Amino acid sequence: MTAQILSRVLVWSLPVGALVIVGLISGCPSPKQTVATGDAASRVYVPPGQYDEFYAFLSGGFSGQVTVHGLPSGRLLKVIPVFSVHPENGYGYTPETQPLLMTSHGFIPWDDSHHPELSQTDGVPDGRWLFINSNNTPRVARIDLRTFETVEIIEIPNSGGNHASPFVTQNTEYVVAATRFSVPIPQKDVPIATYKENFNGTLSFIKVDPKSGRMELAFQILVPGYNYDLAHAGKGPSHGWAFFTAYNTEQAHTLLEVNASQRDKDFIAAVNWKKAEEYLAQGKYHEMPAEYYHNVYDEQKHMATSRVLTKVKVLIPSECPGMIYYLPTPKSPHGVDVDPSGEYIVAGGKLATVIPVHSFSKMLKAIENQEFDTTIDGIPVLKYEAVLAGEVKTPGLGPLHTEFDGKGYAYTSHFVSSEVVKWKLGTWEVVDRIPTYYSIGHLMIPGGDSRKPWGKYLLAMNKITKDRYLPTGPELVQSAQLIDISGEKMRLLLDFPTLGEPHYAQGLPAELITKNNLKVYPLQENAHPFAVKSVEQARVERKGNEVHVYMTAVRSHFRPDNIEGIQVGDKVFFHVTNLEQDWDIPHGFAILGSNTAEILVMPGQTKTLVWEPKKPGVYPFYCTDFCSALHQEMQGYVRVSPRGANVPLTYGTGQE
Amino acid sequence: MRPAVRLSILIAVLSLGFLFVLPLWSIRLEAPQYPEGVSMEIWLTKLSGQLDLINALNHYIGMRPIHQENFPELNLMPWLILGLIGLGLLVVLFNRRWLLGIWVIVFGLLIAIGLVDFYRWGYEYGHNLDPRAPIKVPGMAYQPPLIGSKRLLNFVAHSYPAAGGLIAFGSFVIGTVMLTAECLHARRQKRRCMDIGWKSRVPVTVP
Repeated sequence: MTAQILSRVLVWSLPVGALVIVGLISGCPSPKQTVATGDAASRVYVPPGQYDEFYAFLSGGFSGQVTVHGLPSGRLLKVIPVFSVHPENGYGYTPETQPLLMTSHGFIPWDDSHHPELSQTDGVPDGRWLFINSNNTPRVARIDLRTFETVEIIEIPNSGGNHASPFVTQNTEYVVAATRFSVPIPQKDVPIATYKENFNGTLSFIKVDPKSGRMELAFQILVPGYNYDLAHAGKGPSHGWAFFTAYNTEQAHTLLEVNASQRDKDFIAAVNWKKAEEYLAQGKYHEMPAEYYHNVYDEQKHMATSRVLTKVKVLIPSECPGMIYYLPTPKSPHGVDVDPSGEYIVAGGKLATVIPVHSFSKMLKAIENQEFDTTIDGIPVLKYEAVLAGEVKTPGLGPLHTEFDGKGYAYTSHFVSSEVVKWKLGTWEVVDRIPTYYSIGHLMIPGGDSRKPWGKYLLAMNKITKDRYLPTGPELVQSAQLIDISGEKMRLLLDFPTLGEPHYAQGLPAELITKNNLKVYPLQENAHPFAVKSVEQARVERKGNEVHVYMTAVRSHFRPDNIEGIQVGDKVFFHVTNLEQDWDIPHGFAILGSNTAEILVMPGQTKTLVWEPKKPGVYPFYCTDFCSALHQEMQGYVRVSPRGANVPLTYGTGQE
Repeated sequence: MRPAVRLSILIAVLSLGFLFVLPLWSIRLEAPQYPEGVSMEIWLTKLSGQLDLINALNHYIGMRPIHQENFPELNLMPWLILGLIGLGLLVVLFNRRWLLGIWVIVFGLLIAIGLVDFYRWGYEYGHNLDPRAPIKVPGMAYQPPLIGSKRLLNFVAHSYPAAGGLIAFGSFVIGTVMLTAECLHARRQKRRCMDIGWKSRVPVTVP
């Protein structure tokens, strides 16, 4: 009997045990909400034919570009070529756009675009321009938000890795730029081990013309050789100041992952730029030789030009008291974010266990009372306790960057614990947290770094994607996640893939941009030197071995479409003017064997493709953008003869 | 004529001044690719609207390009309307029923001639197509409707009087109604509607 019971128990022990184990595993509450639930689909669904509520501008990271998305749908609306060539439309290949990518190191076809920043008026995004920095070869670009085209790029001298950039002051008086890698200033050939003696950083202030948006490097502040990481300007009461994070205050020059992580506190540099302006006006600057490019695209000439500048004004902190202070800040801070009121300065200490929040008013008081720990190269270091407003305790691991919702809450991305943490300004208590997939870098709330956040959505930009989408081999896209922050609890709404690796984004209500959107370039205003404004003016001119084709494109033909008399060794310039004045009727142009990219010409615009034929023959060209019912008929031929042949230069269209 | 009639005629005549600042007629084209529509307007003295675009589209079907210079009417029409206004002012000044009659008849004739001319141009442009046109649809003509809407391949053409045209029509209607009212009034007074009337002004002397 006992044996029978025992055998029954044994017989059932296996399945029951298995069930218990399965129950334990599945019954355990999942620590993470990995999928969107509830009405998430309808919250992000923008019906066909309707517009998104917000524009979002994401940096393309190592793609060098900017992408434009609509929110809440996440739909990709445009890739704006900025720091990398874009064969798709000829950016960086045409003589019109090549000057934009000129630097003191020559033509550079690629860069790493990092932080988009919208122009602001009275501390609120105004939808006029978007600035973005390139990190590798230090530059700042300006995009015109009427046309969504890059119209200006200025190089930053005395800088290595333009990372803390291009954050704007309250009325876009300045765009800032600071060097991530300190370098010898001016550059010279020195042993790397002499880092401490020979290396310096610079904080650059680029003046922006309030009407045209035109940039000009106003001055640089020479600072100790740390790594300057991110920045934000003050607003409201702190208007007139700009804040930069600095890590590697250890001044390590090798194995930074260890050697630059030793000190408990690094710094936030607080710059009183109005004071700097005073010193500048008093002539307390040093004029240093420096070679840097300033490239401007003329939207009427449809052409960029470069100029080389050779001097920069440098201010030295020890000669300019009251211009700059250091705020001790825990553990290699990354983001420095000023809340909408302008009072709180939040730092993201990558390796810190707290989120320190500095108080602007306490900082002013500490300066007044001279509560300094020490002074470094003429820069007073304020006492941590004297400037601290509070600390968010154990928020998560690896805090990076904070944005605000305008309702009294802050949201900090945490790379290591892969989450967004919501906390309350003033009480510093954590009120909510939501996981991200995976390892969020930056986050964005439309207007979330301004005085007036539109706190409805938060966009998380993640560094690791893994299993979030159908796999595509070893290389995966980066992923963004849209989080609803309109309620008390954050809610995951949507995942969408992004281009390159977004390092930051900006967003604003769509109508701030749509009201100024340009549909076509007015043909009558086209001042391109090789433009032709009607088919009658189309022609071909030879100047030595240069041949200029003044070509028109209109539905559905090129004029001229047959050209003879070109010789091997000629340099042929196809200056194509799109005569259309109708929205969304671009024409493309490409020719067989061309060693450059195609061009896409917008209505009313002129672009040039340069072609150097190498072999005799007849070469077809065609329109590459499906423009009309007779797009496939939009083509032509160029006859290329051997050098010295006596084929006369002839051209025409419609001549049998 | 009664004062109210005289005043109405004055308003009708003066309102014709708007024809110099408002379009007479509007032709609007809609297609799947043009949800916002493509339009042109006909004025007393000019054509306006997206003519270049319309010409670019019309070249597929071989329609002649529409250019303002090709319409001598645009030089003539302002003078005709000025004449009509002048005549109308004479009606008000001399206060004569028969003169009003002439004004209404002249006005009516101008409208009729204008519409016939408009139809003739529409017919001409719609039928007289380049035989080498890329798109040829057998039996298809592209004459826009004189008034109303009509499908022409992928486009729907809407042709309607614009503000100026409506004002002109309104002015004509006022003239016609006033003339009729005056005639009825005259009949009630046992007088002839179109009595030239100069003699009646001579006082009858009783010997």
